[in-house]
Amino acid sequence: MEDKGTPVGRRVVLGMLGLGALGVAFGSRAQDGLDSALSQVAGKDPTGLSGLLPGGGGFRIYNVANSVPHRDATDYRLTVSGLVDRKATHTLADLRAMPQTRLVRDVQCVTGWRVPGTPFEGVRLSHLLDLAGVQDGAGAVRFTCFDGVYSESLTLEQARREDVLVALRMQDKPVSTAHGGPVRLYVAPMYFYKSAKWLSGIEVTRDVRPGYWEHYGYEVDAWVGRSNGRHDDPTS
Amino acid sequence: MTPRPERVRRFTRGERRVHRATAALMLVCLVTAAALYLPPLAELVGRRRLVVAVHEWSGIALPLPALLGLASRAFRRDLRLLNRFAPYDRDWLRDALRRVPRDRRAAGKFNAGQKLYASFAAGAVLVMLGTGLLMMFPHLSGVVWRTGATFVHDWLALAVAAVVAGHLWMAADDPQARLGMRTGFVTPEWARRRHPRWEYAEPGETGEPGPPDTGA
Repeated sequence: MEDKGTPVGRRVVLGMLGLGALGVAFGSRAQDGLDSALSQVAGKDPTGLSGLLPGGGGFRIYNVANSVPHRDATDYRLTVSGLVDRKATHTLADLRAMPQTRLVRDVQCVTGWRVPGTPFEGVRLSHLLDLAGVQDGAGAVRFTCFDGVYSESLTLEQARREDVLVALRMQDKPVSTAHGGPVRLYVAPMYFYKSAKWLSGIEVTRDVRPGYWEHYGYEVDAWVGRSNGRHDDPTS
Repeated sequence: MTPRPERVRRFTRGERRVHRATAALMLVCLVTAAALYLPPLAELVGRRRLVVAVHEWSGIALPLPALLGLASRAFRRDLRLLNRFAPYDRDWLRDALRRVPRDRRAAGKFNAGQKLYASFAAGAVLVMLGTGLLMMFPHLSGVVWRTGATFVHDWLALAVAAVVAGHLWMAADDPQARLGMRTGFVTPEWARRRHPRWEYAEPGETGEPGPPDTGA
């Protein structure tokens, strides 16, 4: 008696599989719509809870190291080395005393999330390279981080762009530890994995050496909308 | 009147093992998901590639306990009971929406809420597995599919977390139900009160406990 009746359970399972397949086929479009709706809500949401929803316009924090490293004005150092005439070590105060540039662009992650209109402020990378004096034969710049794990690199031409910063401020506040503070790289036109957090070393090299995520299949030339098989709107 | 048995068997050892293994894997999936998804936790835990690997493998393993459980006759029988909706199950859902006290709602071995929960869980595990595999092997599909899979995976994850929390809430509210899942046995008094249409049979009994107070 108990095992007779309508097979509602089977219908629920099959229905969910059908909805799941529809979601995979059309979710990309649905998420685009939700993104714009949610970013409207997030702008007026004092609790910040809407930022936790998928596509809620918030940042997600990715950290590949075992713990979050912490440095501040007392012990932070940025070294410039490699194929340069004048190797240098800058403190946070040194960097703050240099000419500052503020950029407001969208941040686009290669996993899909996008945060609209985010201000970054800091020293142009090209300024630091000019101070050090790049030697002939140099073709690339490699970045290392004081988390001890992460690395990134750019061609010299990319590194000299006006929208590539050594950022000291993000969202008009000093860059927080979670966001890679006190100093992070900001490569406005590329996917956000290029904007290495916890920047501690700039090394001018002959050739590009692939960075951390690029060993796991991400592209070295990570232009937003023109790489990694994605078609996002350009950010810069 | 036949003498009442002291206790009624609700789940066999095999069924309880399926439940325990599924619960453990689901918990690992949810905890690692939180560590990947919630910024403060992601910051605290770090080790992104390790957490991703644990999440992926516990997700892939999630359907295995139930598949192994298919070897058990008792488990297959309970799956049939969970699948089928009797007329009193519709009444149970209607009464639940009207907040009729639980002891006055008719149910078989599993009530309609448990049946829906089980079907939702089965469907969710399969959809999460499928979308998860699409995200694991992005080269197998285009970007549009991967974004779609992420969309489904993220939103369904929120639903799963909420529904599993509800499941734990219900269990926290019913010590006898927990005892049934922990030891395999419940009291006949509880079985008659909460599951009046449950046709359980005890050794020495012919079945048909004939509940006097179904209220249905």
